[in-house]
Amino acid sequence: MRLTINGEVMDTIRAATVQELLNELKIVPARVAVEVNLKVVRKAEYETYRLSDGDTVEIVNFVGGG
Amino acid sequence: MEDSLIIRGIEFRSRLWVGTGKYKDFAETKRAIEASGADVVTVAVRRTNITDRKTENLLDYLDPRQYKILPNTAGCYTVEDALRYSRLAREAGVSDLIKLEVIGDEKTLFPDTIGLLQATEILAKEGFIVLPYTNDDPVMAKRLVDAGAAAVMPLAAPIGSGLGIRNPYNMKIILEQATVPIIVDAGVGTASDVAVAMELGCDAVLLNTAIAGAKDPIAMAEAMKYGVLAGRLAYKAGRIPKKLYATASSPVDGML
Repeated sequence: MRLTINGEVMDTIRAATVQELLNELKIVPARVAVEVNLKVVRKAEYETYRLSDGDTVEIVNFVGGG
Repeated sequence: MEDSLIIRGIEFRSRLWVGTGKYKDFAETKRAIEASGADVVTVAVRRTNITDRKTENLLDYLDPRQYKILPNTAGCYTVEDALRYSRLAREAGVSDLIKLEVIGDEKTLFPDTIGLLQATEILAKEGFIVLPYTNDDPVMAKRLVDAGAAAVMPLAAPIGSGLGIRNPYNMKIILEQATVPIIVDAGVGTASDVAVAMELGCDAVLLNTAIAGAKDPIAMAEAMKYGVLAGRLAYKAGRIPKKLYATASSPVDGML
């Protein structure tokens, strides 16, 4: 499946859900927030939220800031 | 001596709030924050590095059980972006707190107060505890409270400028009419600037660059801690009025 993740086009994603995507990218879900096609996906929905070919995904976390 | 600041039922033990930007590394960030005694730290929301998973996470150093994490919307120039970052921050974090910034100008980083007002209203309705970064404008401070702000955070001076409170008279008016906590955010340079803010009666001071940019950030963090404490104590003690002429401190009686 082809997804755009954090601005990068990735062609070889196998994950079908947000949870699987985070697993595939080795990202700990607790410390991130995920947006698919400009909509925030709640943590409770990670297991069930299904990704589709062409989706734009943003994965963010906290960094140093003022 | 308990002198906690309470915003929407959340108790803040420290009246010094600190940012986590511009430090050399996370270890220095942690040491400076510990030295400052702050129990609330601001953070920014940015893309996770998805290719290099070895990169460390700020929260490995700042335990959210120990510190209140206050995400900001720094870098947002539109209402739409500020809303987007706020919603992501809430999902990434553990609370409804948001330090709302809608920036209006790249050079001064002054807020776009029209956008700020709109974003405050929308986010407050969504249940956020909105702490808007704004100008030292008493009318806008009132409007933000009307829009649902839980506290108002007027700037002392431009972000990172270190100029201190440029308009103490406006700050006094903001404080006089305040119905929510007033937290000076941005522009202080050193401990005396912080003390001045607290002596005026501000409820807290939020700063970042003044510590992170100091030659010795750890020592400056400690200085800021005492600046806040000294200013707060002096405010509560009630200062003497300013006068043009002298009043002798030693008695006239008993002189030869």
